[in-house]
Amino acid sequence: MSLLEVRDLNVKFNTPDGEVHAVKNMNFSMEEGETLAIVGESGSGKSQAVFAMIGLLARNGYASGSVMFEGTEILNLHGPALNKIRAAKISMIFQDPMTSLNPYMRVSDQMAEVLVHHKGMSKSAAIAESVKMLDAVKIPEAKSRITMYPHEFSGGMRQRVMIAMSLLCQPKLLIADEPTTALDVTVQAQIMQLLDDIQKDFGTAIILITHDLGVVAGSTHDTLVMYGGQVMEDAPTDELFAHPTHPYTRGLLSAVPRLDQDNETLNTIPGSPPNMMNMPKGCPFYGRCEYRLDVCVDTLPPLTEIPGHAGHFRACNVPVEDIK
Amino acid sequence: MLNYVIKRIAIAIPTLLILIVISFVLMHAAPGGPFNSEKPLPPQVLANIEAKYGLDQPLWKQMVNYVVGLVTEFDMGPSFKYKDRSVNEIIAQGFPITITYGVLSFIVAVTVGVSLGAIAAIRQNTWIDYLAVGISIGAQVLPNFVMAPLLVLTFTLWLGWLPGGGWNGGQWQYLIMPVIALSTSYMASIARITRSSMLEVLNTNYIRTATAKGLPAKTIFFRHALKPAMLPVISYLGPAFVGMITGSVVIDMYFSTGGMGQFFVNSALTRDYSVMMGITILIGLLTIMFNLVVDLLYAWIDPKIRY
Amino acid sequence: MLVDSQKVGDLAENLAKMDEVKGRSLWGDALRRFKQNKAAMVSLIILTLVILFSLTGQFLTPWSNEEIDWNIMGNVAEMGKPSFETGHYFGADDLGRDLYARVVQGSRISLMVGVVGALIAVIVGTLYGAVAGYVGGRTDQIMMRIVDILMSIPYMFVLILLLVVFGRSVVMLFVGIGLISWLDMSRIVRGQTLTIKNKEFVEAAQAMGVPGFKIIMKHIVPNLLGVVAVYATLLVPGMILTESFISFLGLGVQEPSTSWGALISEGAGTIQYGTPWQLWFPLAFFVVSLFCFFFIGDGLRDALDPKDR
Repeated sequence: MSLLEVRDLNVKFNTPDGEVHAVKNMNFSMEEGETLAIVGESGSGKSQAVFAMIGLLARNGYASGSVMFEGTEILNLHGPALNKIRAAKISMIFQDPMTSLNPYMRVSDQMAEVLVHHKGMSKSAAIAESVKMLDAVKIPEAKSRITMYPHEFSGGMRQRVMIAMSLLCQPKLLIADEPTTALDVTVQAQIMQLLDDIQKDFGTAIILITHDLGVVAGSTHDTLVMYGGQVMEDAPTDELFAHPTHPYTRGLLSAVPRLDQDNETLNTIPGSPPNMMNMPKGCPFYGRCEYRLDVCVDTLPPLTEIPGHAGHFRACNVPVEDIK
Repeated sequence: MLNYVIKRIAIAIPTLLILIVISFVLMHAAPGGPFNSEKPLPPQVLANIEAKYGLDQPLWKQMVNYVVGLVTEFDMGPSFKYKDRSVNEIIAQGFPITITYGVLSFIVAVTVGVSLGAIAAIRQNTWIDYLAVGISIGAQVLPNFVMAPLLVLTFTLWLGWLPGGGWNGGQWQYLIMPVIALSTSYMASIARITRSSMLEVLNTNYIRTATAKGLPAKTIFFRHALKPAMLPVISYLGPAFVGMITGSVVIDMYFSTGGMGQFFVNSALTRDYSVMMGITILIGLLTIMFNLVVDLLYAWIDPKIRY
Repeated sequence: MLVDSQKVGDLAENLAKMDEVKGRSLWGDALRRFKQNKAAMVSLIILTLVILFSLTGQFLTPWSNEEIDWNIMGNVAEMGKPSFETGHYFGADDLGRDLYARVVQGSRISLMVGVVGALIAVIVGTLYGAVAGYVGGRTDQIMMRIVDILMSIPYMFVLILLLVVFGRSVVMLFVGIGLISWLDMSRIVRGQTLTIKNKEFVEAAQAMGVPGFKIIMKHIVPNLLGVVAVYATLLVPGMILTESFISFLGLGVQEPSTSWGALISEGAGTIQYGTPWQLWFPLAFFVVSLFCFFFIGDGLRDALDPKDR
């Protein structure tokens, strides 16, 4: 039994201007202790897909399909049943640590309430536990700093607080939604290192959502590339970097700035992502693809495993051998 | 924190002084006033005033006398109309009445307004939301001087349930209409402010974090959302207080409660300047003190401006 | 006052975020959006009718606002009902005066007070706020501290004191209301000036040595128009409310002149004598006009707000 099994996940939003299909027929699964990266540009549906799993969609959004967590269906759960999973089994950290902590509450109160609520601990025991967790994410002088307010912490420290808070109940799965986007480059590396350590020390499975393929390399087992609400390529991370088979993935990879190559200019993918209000019928990448075929206008093949490459799936009309 | 308080008080004192100077100068400029010999006052009143201010002294000296009396003994001087009454006595008679229904109205406006606005925000786009929005739009054009006659028309003349005026020691039947008339438009404003700020707060990232922590909706609302959503409401409390104190003049007049407002209007009509001035300064003082409390409350909730 | 300065503040913020006002397109766009706002358009039409009524209404009746109809005096409740036969379209008041003529006259005064009060606020508030924001530093601090202090004075009481001391007249009302109405405006304007001040086109003008006052008048003020227009529209009903409040207490305009507040006061004082029309007609004009102003102000704000474009 997989830890998480997502089948035919669809997310739609009702907007005044019509329906937006944010995630289309998403499929993937992951095992305990594994790390999975979901990569895509903003608006590719990567965040909405995970929001749907733990019921964080906006009011006008609804999800269909199936998300099995430890063998039970968790998609579209409500009320107490959903709250029992959140933070206790699946916890989440967000993109912007500046605004994700409540600025009007002390860090101690915000952390302790998780344990008080889920584990029924007393407030003082919960705070003691929280201090330990802050120590674990390497916040200096945790004991005195825990009574501070979020604005008294730096951005990187706040993200550490968020991570510590999300680990309090020892969840099986940690979802990190662009955890480093809002931070300085040096701090980014520290946070990624911290997530790596957590995965090793606690055995927590991690879904890392990012738009930066550079962050993914070397830190995750599998990578899922999304574009226009659909999964384009799904492969073990090393395999993906070694043999990218989807035109979009190749475009993304060539856009990663590299220190080991002497490029004068930064590569970009020409064009811009499709309008979510008005999705093309076939492949969403059609307009920007340098390999495009006529069939791509109205058809996008389902994810299929590449023969000879176990675990490497792609959705593309162009034969693998033609992609160079 | 202490610095903050001192800074606030440092602004409050000149405000009060300016108010006193304005009132005092206006009083002097007044035709037919005591400092103007066109219309002589009753000799007894003149003697009272003479004793209080020393009319032969220059204007600034008289003002200093007044301020000293005000600060040391809270003495606002004699009335210009009644030879045997001081401003203090007149205020002492009307103030308790006004403050009774004023405080009640304030509590009603805040509690009902906040509850209505919060419920509307939580149940956005349901009938209760539409009702709350409808009430707050409607009440914008129903100020106290419109509410008061409409209430009397309904509850006194048509239904005959409530007395159309009077005070009667503050019995509840006599309180209902003044409180409703005074509080409605502020209740509506508070509801509107609460609704929009609550909606904004409920859409913030930190509420999303709280949701992701698996906290029950009630905990999220009371622990995480209520405090920040109250900040704009607290900023509005100062203006609301001034508005209600001003509105109490209409209430006192229309319902003949015998409150301070009635004395104010009567003294305005009979040119009893010292009573007007006394009431104005008292209200200025109350306003300043109230604003100070509001500022401290704000600082207490928002940790960012605490020091 | 009921003016929603918070919303206007939001608008100011959003407008300031735009790089530069793109002259015609902003206003053209706003006009188009305003026309699509049904509540605002209907309000505009109704308000135009009310204004026309207040200016020309007296030509449609044989009665003047002072004349007493001796035929019905003493029995107004019976014979003074609204009717076309007697020529008292809105009925007569308890003294036998024609209510229609009085409502025409009251509307004129109330609207005038509203508009003049808002106008003073616009002129004084804009200049004061723009100067404070543009000059900055100590001057700004002192100027804004003065506003702070004036704002915490219970102005209604001082205003009444003023009216009593200098005599009750429409001119005195204008002066009194104008004295306090500009405070909020100056704060909003100052806030926006601070943002505009740092825009490139202002810096360019400074670099070319354009004198300060000219920069304020030519570059800052035109960019403030949106916020000022919206706030002014919302100020008019605020001014009308203030005047009505004072007139309701009998301390505003003096007989035989009248205003909505004075008429409502008379109507409210006589409801037990069976002449309810004395309350209903002025009240209807008052409520409907205020509604119109609020809807137009809201419509203007939404039309000018670049945020949801």
